[in-house]
Amino acid sequence: MTALMILWRRELSLAWAGGGGPLLACGFFLCLTVLVPLAAGGDPAGLKPVAGGIAWVALAVSSILSLERLFERDFEDGTLDLIALGPVPLELAVIAKAKAQWLAVGWPLALTAPVAAITLGLPPSLAPLAALAALIGGLGFALTGALGAALALGSKRGGLLIAVVVLPLFIPPVVFGAGALERAANGLSPAPALAFLVAYVLFAGLITPFAGAAAIRNAQG
Amino acid sequence: MGIERRSQLGVCLMIAVDGLTLSRGERVLFRDLSFSAVSGEVLALTGANGAGKTSLLRALAGFLRPDEGTVTFADVDPVEARTKHLHWLGHLDGLKGARHAREELAFQARWLGAGADGVAAAVDVLALEPLLDLEVRKLSAGQRRRLAFARLIAVQRPIWLLDEPLSPLDARWRAALGVLMQAHVERGGTIIAAVHDPLPVAHRTLDIGAGR
Repeated sequence: MTALMILWRRELSLAWAGGGGPLLACGFFLCLTVLVPLAAGGDPAGLKPVAGGIAWVALAVSSILSLERLFERDFEDGTLDLIALGPVPLELAVIAKAKAQWLAVGWPLALTAPVAAITLGLPPSLAPLAALAALIGGLGFALTGALGAALALGSKRGGLLIAVVVLPLFIPPVVFGAGALERAANGLSPAPALAFLVAYVLFAGLITPFAGAAAIRNAQG
Repeated sequence: MGIERRSQLGVCLMIAVDGLTLSRGERVLFRDLSFSAVSGEVLALTGANGAGKTSLLRALAGFLRPDEGTVTFADVDPVEARTKHLHWLGHLDGLKGARHAREELAFQARWLGAGADGVAAAVDVLALEPLLDLEVRKLSAGQRRRLAFARLIAVQRPIWLLDEPLSPLDARWRAALGVLMQAHVERGGTIIAAVHDPLPVAHRTLDIGAGR
């Protein structure tokens, strides 16, 4: 087994250890999507035009929940030092951790997304699209979130700092993801919005390993 | 410089520190520090609390960038030297309290390239078998240090950078780890350790406070 696979499997194991963080994110996601219609007065017709947007904002916020643990606990207990002296460049280790975050949190959230979308009033026929868009966007959230988590390393109240750093960076995928649902709901092809979503993921995949590794090295110093 | 020869550890490296100046924030820990450690040698770094022993070790490991000066590993690229030929054991041992000792040992050793034989040897030498099914947080400080030390035994790397390696250990295990350290340098390894108490192995001492 390669070193990257060893690290990746450990990250998956840690994500599910100690109370099931992914389930917490899914529960939070569903709570948000139930609360919003109640707060809006329970009028499904009035909610329908913004349902995709609300679903994606809830998805973005839910994706942040477990980001604080991504690097911080490894930083606090010295594991990041061990990882830095391992056989894999730190840049690849950052990618491995982001990918594990996507698999552990992004996939369960993507599977929950159709339920959330239907709850918010979108037609059930859009459920597969909601899941697909959330899956792609979830990878973007994991990559950008890993960068935010690395930048917040060692700071007091890191969780809050991650949210402040990451939420503005989540605006593009939220816009593109909600746009895909809106276009499909209006009978248009969601492909252009999905293409932008994929482009965002590719861009995040290029930036995060280098910027994230630099942030970790800075924190270790 | 340029001392690099084969040994039972595959490669022996000389660490050479030249004109190192290191500061933390506004405080200069030491200026123009130069020394070297050759294969087969144990170098004990001493000095008062805050003198910069840990920072010096972190600079050798590449975690801290010095203000001035260089750290070289004979003719080997520093990145390669640090990721293939160096073990780091600091105050923070990289062990997760909620996980079992067996899982943590397996990860640390396999991450650094150990095979099943290496892990088994480490478990045997450090008498870890009775501890492996316990959660790390349930280990005593000394047991935890032995578990952290296991990766150094499981994976053969010539340079050991150790920060207070023996402090939580009882007399028996201090002596036992002294034997392991002696065996390591006899195979051509190099050990640089920050200590307050004398090491139970023949060593040279470098007082960091005196280099300020």
